[in-house]
Amino acid sequence: MTQKTQKKGFSLEKLTQNTVFLSVISLILSLLVAGLVMMIAGYSPIEGYSAMFTGAFGSVDNIAQTLGTATPLIFAGLAMAFAARGGMFNIGIEGQIIAGAMPAALVGAYCSGLPWFIHVPLCFVAGMIGGGLWAMLAGFLKNKLRVSEVILTIMLNYVMQYLAEYLANYQFKAEGMLVRTETILPSAELPTLIPYSRLTTGIFVALAFAVFVWWFLSRTTPGYQMRAIAQNPYAAEAGGINIARMNLLTMFLSGALAGMGGAVEVMGVHHYFIVNMTSGYGFDGVAIAVMGNNTPLGTVISALIFGALRAGSTSMNRMTSIPGEFIQVLQALVIIFVSTPGIVRALLRRRSFKKNDQKKGA
Amino acid sequence: MYAVEMHGITKQFKNVLANSNVELMVKRGEIHSLLGENGAGKSTLMNILYGMYAPTSGQIIVQGQPVVIENPLKAISLGIAMVHQHFMLIEPLTVAENVVLGYEPKKRGCFDMKKAVEEVNTLADQYGLHVDAHEKVENLSVGTKQRVEILKALYRKADILILDEPTAVLTPQEVSDLFRVLRKLKESGKTIIIITHKLKETLELADTVTVLRKGQVISSLPVTKEMDQAQLAELMVGRIVSLETEKKPVPGEHEVVMALQNATLTRDKRNLLDDVNLEIRSGEILGIAGVEGNGQTELIDVLTGLQRLTGGHVVLGGKQLPAHRITPRFMLEAHVGHIPEDRGKRGFVPGFTIAENIVLGYHRNKPFAKHGIINRKARDEFANRVAKQYDVRMDSINDTVGSLSGGNQQKVIIGRVFAQDPRVIIAAQPTRGVDIGAIEYIHSELVKMRDAGKAVLLISADLDELMRLSDKIAVLYDGRIVDRRDASEYDERTLGALMTGHTPESMEKEVKQA
Repeated sequence: MTQKTQKKGFSLEKLTQNTVFLSVISLILSLLVAGLVMMIAGYSPIEGYSAMFTGAFGSVDNIAQTLGTATPLIFAGLAMAFAARGGMFNIGIEGQIIAGAMPAALVGAYCSGLPWFIHVPLCFVAGMIGGGLWAMLAGFLKNKLRVSEVILTIMLNYVMQYLAEYLANYQFKAEGMLVRTETILPSAELPTLIPYSRLTTGIFVALAFAVFVWWFLSRTTPGYQMRAIAQNPYAAEAGGINIARMNLLTMFLSGALAGMGGAVEVMGVHHYFIVNMTSGYGFDGVAIAVMGNNTPLGTVISALIFGALRAGSTSMNRMTSIPGEFIQVLQALVIIFVSTPGIVRALLRRRSFKKNDQKKGA
Repeated sequence: MYAVEMHGITKQFKNVLANSNVELMVKRGEIHSLLGENGAGKSTLMNILYGMYAPTSGQIIVQGQPVVIENPLKAISLGIAMVHQHFMLIEPLTVAENVVLGYEPKKRGCFDMKKAVEEVNTLADQYGLHVDAHEKVENLSVGTKQRVEILKALYRKADILILDEPTAVLTPQEVSDLFRVLRKLKESGKTIIIITHKLKETLELADTVTVLRKGQVISSLPVTKEMDQAQLAELMVGRIVSLETEKKPVPGEHEVVMALQNATLTRDKRNLLDDVNLEIRSGEILGIAGVEGNGQTELIDVLTGLQRLTGGHVVLGGKQLPAHRITPRFMLEAHVGHIPEDRGKRGFVPGFTIAENIVLGYHRNKPFAKHGIINRKARDEFANRVAKQYDVRMDSINDTVGSLSGGNQQKVIIGRVFAQDPRVIIAAQPTRGVDIGAIEYIHSELVKMRDAGKAVLLISADLDELMRLSDKIAVLYDGRIVDRRDASEYDERTLGALMTGHTPESMEKEVKQA
C-alpha cells in the first residue's frame, strides 16, 4: 500500500511538471480566489461570474466581442513569447503597439489611390517597421550600454506614448474634439466579420502570424540561434552565434509583432490612431505569454481566455453592481499563480499528503 | 570492530535507483576507499551516512549503535564529518573563524577570537596541517582550503571523516601532502572514507576498497600488494579495460598549422596571457600542463575566437590573422574544432535535442540548412550517423542532451567536432567527469585524429592523461609558458613542480642541495 501511494505521489509530481496542467490549475485557482475576494467585498461571485460568462459567450455578438478583443492580445502575447524564446524580456510591447499603430494609421490615411490588396499589406509593413524599430532601439542600447532590456523597454513605453500623443495633437491632428489622426481610407480597412463588432479579418492575420512564429522558431536557423541563446548563451557564443546581432533581430521581430497588433487595431476597429487606444494590451501580453508558456499555440489560447475576461468584465460592469475592476484582480491572480508554479505545486502536494495521512489513519 | 556499518541501503530517487541493497563495513581506524565511476552511487551513499538524504530503506550502525541520521547535525554529533568536493567555506572570513563556525569558543557570551586561533593552531600542529589561522580563506590555494575543511572536521571532534573526491583539484605535490595528513589521522585512530574513481590513489592509500557499480556493491576487499589497477578497473567497469593508449610516432613532416606569436591578453591591468609562443603541429598532440586558473581558459578562448588578444598574433596556416576578423564563427569556419573545458557551460544547450546539439556551430552549413531554413531530414541523418559512430548511448536523437550521462554528453561534443573534418582540435579537459569506458574511447579517438594528421592541443588537469597522450608538453604558469619539452622527458614530479611556479633552474639547485 505504501508503494501505491508513492506511485500516486510520483504521478502527481509529474503532472505538476506539465505546464499546460499548471496553467489550467492556475486559472481555476485564480477564479476561486477572485470569487472569494468578491464575497469578502459583499458581492455574489456566482452572479458576477455568470454575468461575465454571458458577456463573453452568451450570444454571437458576445463571442464576436471576445474574439475581437483577443485579436490584438494574440499579437501582444506573441511579441512577448517570441522575445522570451530568444532570451529577451520585452516589457515594451505597449509602446511598440503604439509605434506600429501610428505609422499604420498615417499610411492608411495618406497613401491614396491604392487598391486594398496593396494598401492593407502596406499598412501592415508600416506597422511592423514602426514597432520593430522601436523595439530594436532597446536592443541596440542594451548592446551598447550593457543595460538590462527590461528597464529600457519599460522606459521606452512612456517615451512612445507621449511622442504619439504629441504627433496626434499637432502634426497629424484630425478635425474635431478628439485627439486622433485622420480616418484611414476604405482601401486600408479590415472588413468586420460580424457587423458592429470588433471582430474583423484581423483575427485570421493574427492566427497566421502565430503559425509563422511557430515555423520561424522551430524550422529556421535564426530561430534555432535565438533558442540557443535563450537557453545557454555561452554555448551559443562558442557555436559561432553573434549574440549582439541576434538580440537585435529578436527585438525587431518581437516589436514587429507588437506593431502588427497596433496596425490591426487601427485598421479593423478604430480606423484612426487615437490616444490611449492600446488600453494595456501590451501588459496583458506579458501575462498571456507566461500563461501560454511562451509557445505560439499556448499564447493564442491564453489570449482568447484573456479576451473573454475583458469582454466579460464589460458586461459584468453593465449588468451587475460588481465593479469591472474585479477582472483585473482576476488577471493579476492568474499572473501570480502562473509565474510561481511553486505555489500551485505546494498546494497540490499538501492536499495529497493529507489524503495519504487519512488513508494511513484508516 | 566497525566504525560504520551500512546494511541493505536502498535509495530511490524519482526514477533512478541510486543505491540498491548496499552493504558497507568500515573498520575503525582504517582508510576505506569507495571506488566507482560517476553515477555509481558513491556520493549518494555517503550523503546518506552524512544525513543529507534519507535512505528509502536500510539500517546504519555507527560505532556499534544502530542510528537514524536525519540531518548533518546528527551526523556531526555522531562524530561523522564530510569534506565535500566543493568546499563549504566562507571566503571573506579567516581560517580560524571558518574552523570554529557553529561551535565558537565564548568568553562572557562573546566570540573569543584568541581562543579560537589557539585551538586551531593546536589542532593544526597535532596533525601537520599547516595553515595560518589569521589568513582569509579567499586568499588560500585550493590545497590549503581543503586543509581548512579537514581542520573543521577535526575541530568538531569527528572520528569518521568522509572525503568526496579529495584529489580532484590538487596538484601532485598537494596530493602527497594530503596523503601524509590522512595517514597521520589514521595513526591517531581516525576512520577515513574516501570517495574516488582514481585507481592509483586507492592502491596507494587505502586499506580496504569497496567497489560500487550502478548502485550496487560489486566487491569489498582488502588492498594488497598484489592488487593492480587493471584488476580494480575491471571490477569498476565490469569488463576488461585497457589503461594504455596505443601510440606510435606519426612519420613525416609536422608542419605548424596554428600558432600563437607573443600572444598577450591583458584585462584589468593583469596579464592573463603573457608573451605566449606556441606551435600546434599536424600529427602531434601538444599538451598544456598547469594548475587551473593560470591562463588555460584564456588560451582556449583566444584560439577559438572567444576572446581577442591585446598583443601578439594568432597564426593559422602560416598567416597572421587580423585581430578584428577573429570571431568564434571565423575559427569554426577555418576548421578549428573546439572541445570546451566546461561542457555544461560552453559545450551544449541542455534543452536542445542531441540532433540540435550535434550541429551547434555548424548549423548554418549545408546540408543542415539552406537559405536559413533547417533541413531536418539531413540533420537527423547526420546526427544518427555520428551518434552511432561515436557510440553515444541514447534512446533517440530527439532526447535532450541534458538527459545523457557525462560521458555520453562528451561523446556528442566530440562527434560534433570530429565529424567536421577539423584541421586543428582544441581539446580542453576532454575526459573530465567521464567514466573510464568513455575515457578509454575518447583517448583512442584523439590519438586517431593525431594519426590522421590533425594538429591537436590538449589542455588537461589530469597529468596521467597529458603524459599518456601528448607528444610534447608545455607548462603554463601565471599566463606564461615556463617550460616545454618532449613529453617523454617529463615525469609527474617535475611537471608538478613546474606547474606550481618552480623554474627548471630552481629545481636543479634543489637537486644539487639534496
